[in-house]
Amino acid sequence: MTETLQTLLTGVPWTIAVTSLAFAIGAVLGIPLVLMRRSKSFLLRLLSRTVIDVLRGIPPIVWLFILFFGIGTSAVELNPFEASVIGLGLVSAAYLAEIYRSGFLAVHFGQAEAATALGMSKPDALALILAPQVMRVAIPPATTYLISLLKDSAVASTIGVSDISFRAFQHAQSSGGGLTPFMLAAVLYILLSIPVVWLSRSVDARLRKRVSR
Amino acid sequence: MMETLTTWWGWVPQLAAGLWVSTQLLFWCLLFGLPAGLVLALTSSSAMRAVRWSSIVLVEIGRGAPALVVLQMVYFGLPTVGLTFAPFLSGAIALSLTTAAYTSEILRAGLQSVPYGEVEAAMALGMRRRDTLRYVVIPQGIMVAIPALLGFAVLMFQVTSLAFTIAIPELLSRAYRIGASNFRYLDVLTAAGVFYLAVILPFGWLVSHIEQRMSRHLTK
Repeated sequence: MTETLQTLLTGVPWTIAVTSLAFAIGAVLGIPLVLMRRSKSFLLRLLSRTVIDVLRGIPPIVWLFILFFGIGTSAVELNPFEASVIGLGLVSAAYLAEIYRSGFLAVHFGQAEAATALGMSKPDALALILAPQVMRVAIPPATTYLISLLKDSAVASTIGVSDISFRAFQHAQSSGGGLTPFMLAAVLYILLSIPVVWLSRSVDARLRKRVSR
Repeated sequence: MMETLTTWWGWVPQLAAGLWVSTQLLFWCLLFGLPAGLVLALTSSSAMRAVRWSSIVLVEIGRGAPALVVLQMVYFGLPTVGLTFAPFLSGAIALSLTTAAYTSEILRAGLQSVPYGEVEAAMALGMRRRDTLRYVVIPQGIMVAIPALLGFAVLMFQVTSLAFTIAIPELLSRAYRIGASNFRYLDVLTAAGVFYLAVILPFGWLVSHIEQRMSRHLTK
């Protein structure tokens, strides 16, 4: 049991690395996507919507396979870790763009009007008035997404990233199986998600007061 | 270009067969998972502490553990305690557990949205608790939950791709096998992606349409 746990714990840094890097990529790439989605130009809106739909419409594991077996073996060399981070990062960008978008919808439109009335330029209004409030509204759904990404990161094990679920599978194969490695893996994933929930609750409580809806 | 198209065309029968297996997997996990989810939704607000806590624990584990881990637990873990299932059955069992855990929360939210006054009215009319649930609370609660349940089903269709890891011949497995035989991974995996899109996008649009229709009374 302790031996199993030790093996699984060596997977924890990989799970955290894949999840946090993919989330970071998604949080950044989601911004241009949502700006295009809200643009005045029909073409940009269509492009962004298509990108979001395609990224979200194909299962994450298929993206990882396309990147790792499809692209990663021919044009550019990608190791399993890179392929997982890029693949899950792209999928996150699409989900986070939609979360940002609902954030924009939740902020009262009077805020944008007031900024224009004060003579602020569009980029200023976006950067100084809207974006800070959108981010605050987006924190709870983004956290929910982060937790589901943590669980989705388990698919990285299918292309060979030695994360928690990879270690569980490996250990079960080598030690004659048993339910224990998988049960412990499940518990580890749940334990990892608890600090995220706490953090989001406390941050959310502080920031919620400072949004005009 | 023509050559690529003919090769792609040659893969269609295999990939379509895989898509059919994915669909069957989704069907079975909804068939078992939804009723189990309803039971869990009811027991997780039960008055009996033991029943309530055991169902809450079950739901939290089912939602907190990755579906991949649950799949491998059923397929690789259960045989060591004497329960061996064929790959497809293992997949159906594992994904049913995940479905039950997730839908129980959706259904619980639906059931809670039924105004308590309706329950009081039913009690005032002398209806038994079981009848109140069956004729008053559950029908209305399920109606409220339908859009979210449909959205979940679309998401679950994506999750069936994880069944690749336990050797179920679904869409992704077939694509991977074709790729392994001719090393044209990029082409065949992209084709598989197109197959997923072709199912998920129309259903996704349909779900958001239904969602809008069913919440019309809220916006006006």
